[in-house]
Amino acid sequence: MSDQVSKPQPGDRYNGDMGTSTQEENGRLAARVLDNGLKVLVQEEHTAPLASVWCWYKVGSKDEAPGLTGVSHWVEHMNFKGTKNIPRDQVKGIIEQFGGSWNGYTWIDQTTYLETATHDALDRMLFIESERMASCLYDPEDCESERTVIISELQGGENDPDQLLDTEVTAAAFKAHPYGHPTIGWLSDLERMTRDELYGYYRRYYVPNNATLVVVGDLEADDVFRAAERHFGAIQPGTVPPRVYTKEPAQIGERRVTVSREGTTSYLKVAYHAPAAAEADFVPMLLIDAVLAGAKGANLWAGFRTPPPQRSARLYRALVDSRLASAVGGAILPTQDPFLYAISVTVAEGVALATVEQAAIEQLDRLGREGVTEQELAKAQRQLGARLVFENDSITNIAHQIGFFETIATVDVYRDLPSRIADVSLDQVNGAAAKYLRPTNRTIGWFEPVPPGSGAPVTADEPPTSGPTSEAR
Amino acid sequence: MTTAVHQGLAPTRESLSNGAVILAKETHTTPAVAFSATFRAGSIYDPPGCVGLAHFLSRVIDRGTATRSADDIAEALDGRGVSLMVVATRQVMTLACICLAEDFDAMLELVADVCMHPTFPDREIETRRREIVTSIRQDEDNPAVMAVEGLMGVLYPDGHPYGQRTRGSIATVEAIGRSELQGFHARTFSPSALSLVVVGDVVASRAIEQAAHVFGGWNGPPTPPAAVPDPPAAGGRRQVVTPMMNKVQADVAYGFVTIARSDPSYYPFLLMNNVLGQYALGGRLGDSIRERQGMAYYVFSAFDANVGRGPLVIRAGVNPRNVDRAIASIDEELRRLAADGVTARELAESKQYLVGSMPRTLETNAGIGAFLQNVEYFGLGLDYDVRLPRLINDVTLEQVNEQARRYLAPERAALSIAGPYEGVRESRD
Repeated sequence: MSDQVSKPQPGDRYNGDMGTSTQEENGRLAARVLDNGLKVLVQEEHTAPLASVWCWYKVGSKDEAPGLTGVSHWVEHMNFKGTKNIPRDQVKGIIEQFGGSWNGYTWIDQTTYLETATHDALDRMLFIESERMASCLYDPEDCESERTVIISELQGGENDPDQLLDTEVTAAAFKAHPYGHPTIGWLSDLERMTRDELYGYYRRYYVPNNATLVVVGDLEADDVFRAAERHFGAIQPGTVPPRVYTKEPAQIGERRVTVSREGTTSYLKVAYHAPAAAEADFVPMLLIDAVLAGAKGANLWAGFRTPPPQRSARLYRALVDSRLASAVGGAILPTQDPFLYAISVTVAEGVALATVEQAAIEQLDRLGREGVTEQELAKAQRQLGARLVFENDSITNIAHQIGFFETIATVDVYRDLPSRIADVSLDQVNGAAAKYLRPTNRTIGWFEPVPPGSGAPVTADEPPTSGPTSEAR
Repeated sequence: MTTAVHQGLAPTRESLSNGAVILAKETHTTPAVAFSATFRAGSIYDPPGCVGLAHFLSRVIDRGTATRSADDIAEALDGRGVSLMVVATRQVMTLACICLAEDFDAMLELVADVCMHPTFPDREIETRRREIVTSIRQDEDNPAVMAVEGLMGVLYPDGHPYGQRTRGSIATVEAIGRSELQGFHARTFSPSALSLVVVGDVVASRAIEQAAHVFGGWNGPPTPPAAVPDPPAAGGRRQVVTPMMNKVQADVAYGFVTIARSDPSYYPFLLMNNVLGQYALGGRLGDSIRERQGMAYYVFSAFDANVGRGPLVIRAGVNPRNVDRAIASIDEELRRLAADGVTARELAESKQYLVGSMPRTLETNAGIGAFLQNVEYFGLGLDYDVRLPRLINDVTLEQVNEQARRYLAPERAALSIAGPYEGVRESRD
């Protein structure tokens, strides 16, 4: 590594400083755009002596053409393997020296990288991200070694029947829009893709005018802007390829897909085409999900690690309390283009899939027809309001939300969530229910376990999850 | 900017006259409170022949009290956006939730009621039993779970409490009834076995007052902590294979019986494990198996020093044709670490990381809460966060290497492989 930052002294990283400010002093968001187009968003949070840096790129698996599926995620992996000024053998420990953690993930709309460490690591974190943007190496041997790591990641996902089903349902729901293929890619593409294809993709998309840098923590905003200029100012802008313009045609009839594999347990999914994050119907759909399966909030990084409050939710009562299922979940995730609202059900031992499907569909159709009640809406609003507080409990989580929404929509969509949730009307919610929860708008998927020996031959040609694909940990 | 205040967490601790212990720490990062009630009621307390009882209790304890139906509880939680999590580990059972500060009094009252006066309605027992049976069936189809459970069975054989599956088996779960649940609750849930930790936007003295208000009138016999026996000494290398030919990838779990939390070599062992399989992307194991050989998406080691001598577990998910090569690489890294020790640089880096990551660990209410539950459970002292950097920094290279020499012996390792791999069925010697 270069001598850009001094090495921290051993043992000086925890002095019992717990921070002294209160929530009222924090939370102002400041924005600048550098001359090369890099957008920098800074929020001061003086609650702990920490800083979190996230660098977001407007590239994800929806930008991948056939033959290159999985390239966004593989590029993300390659961007942890050393740069011009961070030799390969000095990657290890580069942020751990500051007690920090790092990670990254790729999903359908975006790729992102983060470090969270003590606040004096700001220069180090910005240095890493500037190197990642402009100077990664793509050593051919590293590309080959990472090919098998990614195939291992794919195959680990395939071990999970619920993920297998998710991939099949998503693929069936999209016939035109590239949201249909999984973020990790199809195996044959991962086997064939070349180093030059990876590197070319990296060079096209990793330019400052296609990125958003987010810094949240115990820092002064002006210091951060100066440091960002110092680290990123000399990086040249590029021509960013246009994004997908294909719109998924309106679905004109229910679709069904079945996965027949050996297994012990049946799974059911029902997925409806759903509004994008910036659309007016997105918040009503969040509330509908809360009524059906309990509110999860809107933070993929944080909010989904604790289960939703759902014991009184309609689908929980109809499926779990009735002993038809052992678990039910709903997911309407914020995306740039219209994606899916998906219900996932783990079928109870000894219960037929058709029975569970009938009970689930009855609830979904009824909600589409009759909407929700005033009382249900009020409860869903309280739930979501509380979840938004819970999911913003760390600078890492706050920084995620700012960058995530700025990348798929605008940061205002995120900042307006609490008021949009509070102000929504029953008519809006029930209008969205009638519009989206229609039989012709859905894809129904079954994972139907078959007895040992009678399943399809097990080869590594089936896909993994379509959820966010994480670098590590 | 913050001003440095060299005070540490400095939680407030109070023992009630009935033996219950309360720790409170006021924070103002969000207008929310995280609290957890922990009892010495994990699966090591399952009576013989009744494996899975503690876990079953965790699924049904919050489904009805003397004054609240399951529906009442559901409405009280959902109406405030709260999800109550009840988790039984091998050692303890914890009821935990996060709520808005304005809901703290009501939620604490509810959780106390659940702890003290559960009624186990028959309907709820049957519903949760079906859920548990389904989750056991899911485990049977999950190579990661099967590999780790297989390893624990080999490391802790002959009915040792660490070798039993927390969820039990379908047969034991089918046999559990209301009287077993009531009996287990009566034996393990008593005020003297409770530690309540409250962290968040509530004044510490008020949190303690409220806790004394809801738990103060509770009486029950003292429940002595269970003694966990030492498992038999490992004679040689042992391997168990769980073939799951419907899977694509194999999971490897590889481990040893190590030390208890109270062992003076805990900090040297912690650092040794960090170098071996934690630091950055899986320590030395990650360097070899993921970074250099590209064999696995994940490989790491974890160790759980607890009341009894806990396991060191190395885990990797690999293509079935790489299982033998991955195991040989683990063997090789262990031999090298035992023979040559860690380098001074590795030790310095791991120290720096473990100390430096404390502000992150202690950033959130839930993070502080988990830390304080540990402090109370192992009797580490209220100033533990302030003393911990020193405890880590004082460890010498020789102390770390002694742990490597003592424990990292491939010829005494236990291995468990689950997935599309047939290998050698079982060879114990």
